Amino acid sequence: MASENNEIRYLNPPTVEVRKKKYCRFKKAGIKYVDYKDPEFLKKFLNEQGKILPRRITGTSLKFQRKVAQAIKRARSLALLPYVTDLLK
Amino acid sequence: MIKQYETVFIATPVLSDAQMKEAVAKYTQLIRENGGEIVYEEDWGLRQLAYPIQHKTTGFYYLIEFKADPQFVDTLETQFHRDERILRYLTVALDKDAVAYAEKRRANKAAKAVAPAVEEAPKAEETANE
Repeated sequence: MASENNEIRYLNPPTVEVRKKKYCRFKKAGIKYVDYKDPEFLKKFLNEQGKILPRRITGTSLKFQRKVAQAIKRARSLALLPYVTDLLK
Repeated sequence: MIKQYETVFIATPVLSDAQMKEAVAKYTQLIRENGGEIVYEEDWGLRQLAYPIQHKTTGFYYLIEFKADPQFVDTLETQFHRDERILRYLTVALDKDAVAYAEKRRANKAAKAVAPAVEEAPKAEETANE
C-alpha cells in the first residue's frame, strides 16, 4: 500500500543533494565596475518586487554587493528601474 | 584639479527635436565655457520611464561624459535644477575602473555602429558576383 511505501522511504532518507558552490560572478568574470546604465543586467540582482536580493542568494562578494546596491539605487533614481513593482521580469 | 564625470539627464517628452537639441547645446556649452572638456555624448532617445515623474511616463535621456573642475558640478546641477525641461539628472564622478569601463563601452558602441555597415558590404559584393 501507498502508506507503507511512504514509511519505507522515511526510514531510508534520500541522500541529500550536493549543493553547487555559490560564487561571486564579478570576481569570476573579472568585472570591476558595476554600471547603473544597464538595467537589464541589474535585474539579475532584484526579486520580482524590485527589491535587492541578499548576498546569501546571489553569492556576490561583499565588495561587489555594495557596488551593485549603489548602481541599483542610481538606476532607480533615473527611472531605469522601478522602486516598487509587481512581476518584474 | 580636473576630474572625469558623467551626467545623465531626463528631459520632458513634450520637447520637439529642435528644443531638445537646444537644451543639449546649452549644457555642452556650459561645460565648455567653464573650462570643461566633453569626452563623449550619447543620445538614448525617448525611453519609457520605470515610474511616472511629474505625471509623465516617457522622457528623453541624454548622457554626457566630461572632464571638469569639481566645483563646476555644483553650478551644472543648479542649472539642471532650475530648468523646467529637465525631469531628472544624475552626475557621477568616474573612478579609474569606471573610466576604463566607459572607454570599453564607447568602443563597443563604435564597433556596433560600424559592424552593420561592414556586414552589408560583403553581402552587396556577393549579390554583385551572382
